Amino acid sequence: MTRRKLEENFFRILMLMSIIVVAGSFFLIVGTIFYKGVPFMNWDMITKIPGGGFYIGKEGGVLNAIIGSLYVAGGATVLGLLISIPVAIYINMYLGNRNVIANSLRIAFDVLFGIPSIVYGAFGFLIMVYFGIKASLLGGILAVTLLVIPILVRTLDEVIITVPKELRDASLALGATRWEMSKVVLRQIRPGIFTAILLSFGRAIGDVASVLFTAGFSDNIPTSLHQPAATLPLAIFFQLGSPVEEVQGRAYASALILTIVVLIITVLSSLLAKRFSKNKIQ
Amino acid sequence: MLLLTILSVSVVVVIGIGLYYKSVPVLSNSSWWHLLTSREWKPLKGLFGFFPFIMGTLWVTGIAIIIALPLCLLSSFYITEYAPHRVRKILVPFVNLLSGIPPVIFGVWGVLFIIPLIQNHIAPHFVEFSTGYSVLAGGIVLAVMIFPLIVSIVCEVLATIPKELKEASLSLGATKWETIRKVYLRKATPGIIAAAVLAISRAFGETIAVLMVCGNNAAVPHSVFDSGYPLPALIANNYGEMLSIPMYDSALMFAALLLFIIILLFNIISRVILTRLERRLAA
Repeated sequence: MTRRKLEENFFRILMLMSIIVVAGSFFLIVGTIFYKGVPFMNWDMITKIPGGGFYIGKEGGVLNAIIGSLYVAGGATVLGLLISIPVAIYINMYLGNRNVIANSLRIAFDVLFGIPSIVYGAFGFLIMVYFGIKASLLGGILAVTLLVIPILVRTLDEVIITVPKELRDASLALGATRWEMSKVVLRQIRPGIFTAILLSFGRAIGDVASVLFTAGFSDNIPTSLHQPAATLPLAIFFQLGSPVEEVQGRAYASALILTIVVLIITVLSSLLAKRFSKNKIQ
Repeated sequence: MLLLTILSVSVVVVIGIGLYYKSVPVLSNSSWWHLLTSREWKPLKGLFGFFPFIMGTLWVTGIAIIIALPLCLLSSFYITEYAPHRVRKILVPFVNLLSGIPPVIFGVWGVLFIIPLIQNHIAPHFVEFSTGYSVLAGGIVLAVMIFPLIVSIVCEVLATIPKELKEASLSLGATKWETIRKVYLRKATPGIIAAAVLAISRAFGETIAVLMVCGNNAAVPHSVFDSGYPLPALIANNYGEMLSIPMYDSALMFAALLLFIIILLFNIISRVILTRLERRLAA
């Protein structure tokens, strides 16, 4: 009997330890980034573009990368939404929940979600070479759009499922077409759409491998779709590789900026998701 | 809408075809087998052997899954079985927050924290000298990256196990751990395998974090303290020279095709297992 008790306690402690490691790694990462990043953080970092000699430690900031990232992530999310809302509606409203095709489509989007961003990046690069587009904001947005479509479709899909079937039936019974029914449903899931937007934006703003080939890099804020654009993760990556201590410090500070932005987005989206699940009609 | 749906799903096919089309030149030069097993990586001479890179990827992924799987299984058991409701409410959001952190931040963390740790505290016990930039560092960083993925899937899988089974086992006098070991583990095996496969494929394709900590040396690693050069890192690192050396772009696209095929297969397998489980629950 005591041996069994011992075993029980041993594993209980082991489990407790592993959950501490798993949840604690989050604090370790954020803590490290804050600890290293805060000393190098200053106002110039977020208000100035790189000045002359920025990469040997002279003054300037990463505003170009911040704006570039916002452009890429924002553009990709908008474009992605335009594609994925109709797709999610089609899967749910026109094909239905238990349809074989609908379920295969869901698996297909899950699989697309699993494809690494470097493959999207390489593929985006192929397309750009094919059409003769140079590395530019446009290329970056297109590659990242491919990346976020699966996220958007699957999130929207899960949200649409939570809309009560009675609501759809009622609108159909009143003589609405499927498209009109979809409009009713879309109104119901508005907060869910916002969650999807945040999720996709968060993923888009942090991704490097897809913009590496496609968006290029530039010290200026892009003013047209055809100019190359810097992105924050890429800026971190480049600066970290520099032998100059000042520049490495800027990488830490940039990492701090990115971490804060992403954390805010994640917290917002989970709060929203919680509110959404609380308000939904059972 | 039908059109958009078809278009967006067919991206899978189009990516496959596009990458294959681009890798035809290098494939016509040497066979699949040769490309996969040759150790010679001399782009200037037109020699493309992917063996070191494949081994680099396997080492890093292997280390990551060996570290992450036991930790995540134990954590999921704790979350679903032991943790009081209040503790669970605090713990789960942190696991979710971890999944939101971008890869490049993991990379920076690896460089700032893991590399010095290995260089100064772990490696000296085992080998004479190590810079810290090693497959071990890559494995650890990847392990942390796949924590949230495994924990969330395993927790979902555990939730599909009927409550009656657990209650029956407990009422027969089994301890909680015995219930977990003899009932849960057996019941959840397919789901756990699916989670592991999904995590492996995520680790396979991870690029930037690994690129930053692995050392990127095109040789087959022999110990965990050797540097490695995983496939995604190879693609990301060389895109600049890609167009200036003949065949180089084709070889890199072949690397992307390789990644794509492996990950596609892994993903399909695990998704099909998971969907079956879900359906069983619904029925």
